[in-house]
Amino acid sequence: MNMLDMFVDTMLSTLRDVLPIAAVLLGFQLLVLRQSIPQLWSVIRGFAYVLLGLALFLMGLQEAIFPLGEVMAKQLTDPHFLYGSAAHIPELIRWQDYGWVYVFAFAIGLATTLAEPALIAVGIKAQQVSGGAISAWGLRIAVSFGVAAGVSIGCFRIVTGTDLWLYVVAAYVVVIIQTRFAPRMIIPLAYDSGGVTTSTVTVPLLAALGLGLASTIPGRSPLIDGFGLIAFASVFPIMSVMGYAQLSRIMGKSQQIKEADNAL
Amino acid sequence: MWNTFHDAVRPLVEAARDLTPIIAVILFFQEVVLQQPIPNLGDLLAGLLFVLIGLALFVRGLEIGLFPLGEAMAHAFAKKGNVFWLLLFAFLLGFGTTVAEPALIAVAGKAAKVAAEGGVIEHSRMAMADYAFNLRMTVALSVGTAIVLGVLRILSGWPLHLCIMAGYALVVAITYFAPEEIIGIAYDSGGVTTSTITVPLVTALGVGLAASIRGRNPVLDGFGLIAFASLLPMIFVMLYGIVTA
Repeated sequence: MNMLDMFVDTMLSTLRDVLPIAAVLLGFQLLVLRQSIPQLWSVIRGFAYVLLGLALFLMGLQEAIFPLGEVMAKQLTDPHFLYGSAAHIPELIRWQDYGWVYVFAFAIGLATTLAEPALIAVGIKAQQVSGGAISAWGLRIAVSFGVAAGVSIGCFRIVTGTDLWLYVVAAYVVVIIQTRFAPRMIIPLAYDSGGVTTSTVTVPLLAALGLGLASTIPGRSPLIDGFGLIAFASVFPIMSVMGYAQLSRIMGKSQQIKEADNAL
Repeated sequence: MWNTFHDAVRPLVEAARDLTPIIAVILFFQEVVLQQPIPNLGDLLAGLLFVLIGLALFVRGLEIGLFPLGEAMAHAFAKKGNVFWLLLFAFLLGFGTTVAEPALIAVAGKAAKVAAEGGVIEHSRMAMADYAFNLRMTVALSVGTAIVLGVLRILSGWPLHLCIMAGYALVVAITYFAPEEIIGIAYDSGGVTTSTITVPLVTALGVGLAASIRGRNPVLDGFGLIAFASLLPMIFVMLYGIVTA
């Protein structure tokens, strides 16, 4: 019964999310475009699947993964875990002491991004449109590694208490330099992948991690330092996707050279 | 018969593959690092099953519903050739999907708390609710504007990287003037605005438009709408911070 209530709740809130979109789509279709939708039945069924799927997905996350992730984030940032006992907590925080936090941030960033529905959608579309030149799975792996690296560096920033904007500006500079050299085809996709990484799965877990860190480290304010992890998770995938494309181009070139050698 | 079966099972298998890393991370940290048993194993398994079925349904729904619809509408707009309606549609799509976004509501609430504690606004329930609401409207407006700009870019064929770099320059310049409390929130708001249903629709819209306009390449010109939607909120939110401070 409890489960059922929860399901109805999630379903209703997902529905509320979808309603404005459905209203816009329908309004334009009926009033402006005035064309019948091809395969209307299949579109309606598709919307129903998306709604039901998202509701189940969110419910499962809330039921199983979020509580556990939050507890783990709290435990890993707990001084008792980091220093053995409360008596050993040093006055000065050394960033090296938080090793497991960075590893956890990396692992959870990687794992959750792979399961991010919005990224799956963009991956499918990219593979379709590029005629297979960009593989959906390759793109998703590249983005996931970007998020993973971004989040662990973001945790390092919270531990050391350095300024957020310094990192973001530095990241922008790298992105601009990479844009100059990356294959042209990948650039729009790389920029887009920055925005899609952080929706349903990643944000709540990252927020828990950031707040946990900022509230246990002396001198950090959860309100000010707790923010910013999402920003890291949105900039780094841009670099990793362009890097992935550059790497595969280099590999492709050496492959061609080898083939040319063999041909000779 | 086999095809239907195959279509139903493939998303499930892929969803299982997508979820394996999460399970591995949880197991590793729980067993090896924290050395604690997993609480409520039954709940965890039930939850994972929901996530699995949900993800599979979602992907199937994208393929038969959201993607075809987004593309069909993009083609219809391109055929109609009326830029005003197209831009209005783009704006409403961006605005409408962001206004109700739960992640944004959560972030706006937190931001109001920061502002109240920092003495920017009064520490009362009313003032905080006002601040949060205005912030949400600011972000929704910025996403609507972003989709409009993105569509204009597809129509005109401006190179995306120049637009984005100009945007970055603007972000950096405004950061210099923005009050410190708002910066973290502003940077984060870029990431939280693009929800799970917005992304597939907007992507299909962009790719569909680029495919139906002559001289545009779907890969080069079709993507990039989401990039605008994550850049503009940063600028708008910092401006909001400057105006309210």
